[in-house]
Amino acid sequence: MKKYLCLIALGLFLSSVLSAQEEAQVRGNFSIDGQYYQEDSAISAVVPDQQMALQGFGNIIYTKGKFEAGLRFETYVPAFVGYPAGAPWDGTGIGYRYAKYSEDKIEITVGNFYEQFGSGLSLRTWEDRGLGVDYALDGIRVVSRPYKGITLKGLYGKQRFNFDNGLQNGEGIVRGLDAEISLNQLFDSAFKDMSGQIILGGSFVSKYERDRSSQYDFPENVGNGAVRLKYINKGFQFSGEYARTSENPSALNSQIVDIPDSLDPLVGLFQYGQALNLNATYSQRGMGISFTASSLSNMAFQSQRNSGPFDSWINYLPPTSVLQTYLLAQFYPYATQPNGETAFRGDFFYKFPRNSVLGGKYGTKIILSYTHVQAPDFPTVDDFDLNRQGIEPKLFTWGDQTYYADFNVRISKKLSKKFKGSLFYMNTLYDNDVILGAYDYDDIPAQGTIYSNLFVVEGSWKIKRKTNLRFEAQLMTTDQHLQDWVAVVLELTHSPHWFFSVVNQYNYGNADGETLNFPVVSSGYIHGNSRFSVSYGRQRAGVFCVGGVCRVVPASNGLTISLTSSF
Amino acid sequence: MVVSDLYGKEFNTSDFSNDGRPMVINFWATWCSPCKRELNTIADLYPDWQDETGVKLVAISIDDARSQSRVLPYVNGSAWDYEVYLDQNQDFKRAMGVNNVPHTFLVDGSGKIVWQHNNYAPGDEEELYEQILGLVSE
Repeated sequence: MKKYLCLIALGLFLSSVLSAQEEAQVRGNFSIDGQYYQEDSAISAVVPDQQMALQGFGNIIYTKGKFEAGLRFETYVPAFVGYPAGAPWDGTGIGYRYAKYSEDKIEITVGNFYEQFGSGLSLRTWEDRGLGVDYALDGIRVVSRPYKGITLKGLYGKQRFNFDNGLQNGEGIVRGLDAEISLNQLFDSAFKDMSGQIILGGSFVSKYERDRSSQYDFPENVGNGAVRLKYINKGFQFSGEYARTSENPSALNSQIVDIPDSLDPLVGLFQYGQALNLNATYSQRGMGISFTASSLSNMAFQSQRNSGPFDSWINYLPPTSVLQTYLLAQFYPYATQPNGETAFRGDFFYKFPRNSVLGGKYGTKIILSYTHVQAPDFPTVDDFDLNRQGIEPKLFTWGDQTYYADFNVRISKKLSKKFKGSLFYMNTLYDNDVILGAYDYDDIPAQGTIYSNLFVVEGSWKIKRKTNLRFEAQLMTTDQHLQDWVAVVLELTHSPHWFFSVVNQYNYGNADGETLNFPVVSSGYIHGNSRFSVSYGRQRAGVFCVGGVCRVVPASNGLTISLTSSF
Repeated sequence: MVVSDLYGKEFNTSDFSNDGRPMVINFWATWCSPCKRELNTIADLYPDWQDETGVKLVAISIDDARSQSRVLPYVNGSAWDYEVYLDQNQDFKRAMGVNNVPHTFLVDGSGKIVWQHNNYAPGDEEELYEQILGLVSE
């Protein structure tokens, strides 16, 4: 009994998350980031009028039995330079709040919620606080599991657009229905001898936005329907989703064809859109292979017709390329082109077993990946609504231009009890005229296609039982853009509390003959669920891409502090 | 809270259990290098940990549609023996108050969180194991 009380006194429960308990509980997390900006003309560093920026949030979730309520305070006084991605977030207030009731067969949420149908081609409302992205819906959602193997979802609401001392929704209304059926669970007797699993799903999403134009007859209701299939049999897995939108003229899709001068560039193209995404993987212990084919045309689906390229996204169009996290691999990130692309990717994973010739004592891991994204070649047709030229949004057409390609390989190996290492190579082709993710020091976009090679050597040395030194040496070569770079990362950690790191990125021999260093030192203290860090130095301009466009987070110089915790 | 396993089957997180023995819940992603370092390091120690304490590790991938198809081949390619689930729109991550990955929870036999740690530095796995041993010897 005493022990039990003691555990209660710890006050940390998974409760409604992990097990159904009746006691009321409060849990949550918070994050605070501050930055002090310094002048630095060599890198066109941006200094806001306030000299300092502070932003943060705190989530509080209250649960009692079947009832749950939550809210998030947010503050931007002001937000960091280049944050958030789209419409401004400013001031202090409540950015998210909801109440939820859930039972075995039904769950009802009122207020804000995040939701995803299938892979997200028809609907995915999501958040990424680090990037400054929040597409939360605000309304009502009902999820029902009426019978084993069946999940039904319905939702209705407006969508977060910006933050001005509180949540501000956009004008459009989003409505959606989704159904998913697991055939094996539903017909368990008929399927019991079958080794494969089949899951079918379908969704329909519609948005409403008033037509305020006196000149054009914009469709006020735009629909998006999708069907999906997943088949899994032991190590083999296949998934596919097809989506189609109705006629959806928007600011974004006006760029599919050249608009004559006499037309407002925001008119858009009166045409349907479609997308198909196919994935197949096969894996067994020590080996995996995966293949993706994806094509889309005219698939931007936003709840506001003229919202900016980062705002009001209802669906989610993921880039086909693999995200790499090395510093110098951040230069040329791909952004999905919602107006049209044809993309393929293949990945191969293998672990040479222990005590084999290539595996050595501990085994050796190798990962290969290739991505190719090609421009579409749409047949032209007349856009009858506007009496100009439009396109027929066919899938898997192959145009002349390659938007993006990369090949990368990584080999990782534990060398001894104290040493581990990896080698990484990546070759990238990046069409900056289309993706627009690469800018020079004066914030002018680089022209044409950029070809680059990246080499990384990474190693980890366990100095003492809990003290470790990790290093990365990176070299990127290219004849375009800012040309060649070297980066060095040294990271000393003392588990479980301390870390200290020194990073320098060095741009040598670029076209202007300039050489520039970007040094940053950081240190941090971690205690359980809390983390505090301080860093000082020069931050290179970063790039962030979503929904087909990239935005530059300007270069800066100064001091940054960060504190995160959960309770 | 509902997550799905790597074979498409939905799981209620309240059904996570290890028959009264400790359980580690680790949030990770295929694009997160420290997460992979942590889980690959523990993978080498895991058979011993299981023998000595009966602990189970549940790895929750927060990969979205961009990288989700890489989760199963990565897990198998790395020869991990963990239970792996997909939290594809991060509902479980939000409910657990996770700011960033990796984030590790240690849950005792009655489902209570007794220890948690954000981030990974080599050696953290030893601290985690000491905590697990502490639970088992109670």
